[in-house]
Amino acid sequence: MKAMLLAFVAMGLVAVGADLALDQIGFSSSDRGSSGDVRLDDG
Amino acid sequence: MVRRLLALFLVLSLGTGAFAQEGFTPSDPDRSATGGAQTLEDIMARQEQMRVDDSFRSDLTGDPDAAAPTTDQLGTRGGASDPDLWRGLRYDTADVTTQARGPAATTLIQDGGMRWVAFREGPVAVYGGYLLLATIALLALFYVIRGRIRIDGAKTGRTITRFQAVERFGHWLLAGSFILLGITGLISLFGRKAIAAFQSADNPENYERAREVYATLALGSKWIHNNVSWAFMIALVLIFVMWVWHNLPDRTDIKWLAQGGGIFTKHHPPAKKFNAGQKLIFWSVIVLGGSISASGLSLLFPFELPMFAVTFDKINALGIPGWFGFSPLDTALAPHEEMQYAQLWHAIVSFVLMAIIIAHIYIGSVGMEGAYDAMGSGEVEEQWAREHHSIWAEEVLAEKNAPPSAQATPAE
Repeated sequence: MKAMLLAFVAMGLVAVGADLALDQIGFSSSDRGSSGDVRLDDG
Repeated sequence: MVRRLLALFLVLSLGTGAFAQEGFTPSDPDRSATGGAQTLEDIMARQEQMRVDDSFRSDLTGDPDAAAPTTDQLGTRGGASDPDLWRGLRYDTADVTTQARGPAATTLIQDGGMRWVAFREGPVAVYGGYLLLATIALLALFYVIRGRIRIDGAKTGRTITRFQAVERFGHWLLAGSFILLGITGLISLFGRKAIAAFQSADNPENYERAREVYATLALGSKWIHNNVSWAFMIALVLIFVMWVWHNLPDRTDIKWLAQGGGIFTKHHPPAKKFNAGQKLIFWSVIVLGGSISASGLSLLFPFELPMFAVTFDKINALGIPGWFGFSPLDTALAPHEEMQYAQLWHAIVSFVLMAIIIAHIYIGSVGMEGAYDAMGSGEVEEQWAREHHSIWAEEVLAEKNAPPSAQATPAE
């Protein structure tokens, strides 16, 4: 049971870590489809 | 697109050429009556949603070399007319320069989008949904017929360690992430259809509320799907490294399969740490999970990891489409087309793996007494181990019961 809970916690940490890491390296999937000039979402 | 995807699926799944070719017009239709332009047959075929060979149009994008010089009478200023240019844009062959810098920026028109949406919301969603429902129904039927697979012999009250903590950690990391990815994937695929159920002229407020709820849910699902995928991929590598050795096929698997795993009998065929059924699950997870991860990475990094044109090229080189009566697969794919194929492949393979995993969850929980303990506490009833994994149990018990002198060499 402990291994299961630990795995779920690790899953959350990996997910948050991945989000932050991709953000840090400046990757944005929306940039791949259109430039910021034509998007309304991020000014 | 449908044709290519079906061909690819057939090829990769080593299926038979069961799909008829009724969706295609002859590869070399006679267009002499129209001077090479589209014929009545083309129009009729298109109306029947068949794919039409429109090279007579796609190749007609102007030829500067054929243009009459401007010094001549009726000379032109180039070899491409406006219709030629529009055809070039339509078929993504025009020489386009854009200020935007993106991998797909110079593709101004891509006409595969509607075919992709239709296939995604049609066959993929419909057959995928039926596959999951049918799997659940079959398992329910199996439960009614067979009941819970009990431990046949008398329980010993003793347990043996089936999986170490690190193995259970890897399993649950994979399981937890896959379940979350499955649920969020299904929300993305079926969510819009689900809120349509609230659409009613009598009560538009209900629909608006459902739409708002779904918008939040979809956004959250997307975040979870994109980011939890990394945990899934890490866990996939982890379980592969830990268990691949135990999942290599051997002679006991043939006996196990020949006896149907003893599912309908009281006789349990001998098995090592993993029986043939578990090995099939393992390799399904590795192969299908690997394929889902590859297409998922392609979707996570749009246009960066195109893989279908390359795959089609390899398949064509082997002449595989011809085995099934298909013409070579198109290898000139627009960036968006690559993404559309990746999404469809991702969804189709995920549905297959979800069906397999539902069966795995069943047998590991309500379907078999004592099975959950293997991944719960890691300790299983000795009698359970003797019945379901007799060879492995004997090895473990022999090691456990061996005299101390045989287990370790004392220091001298």
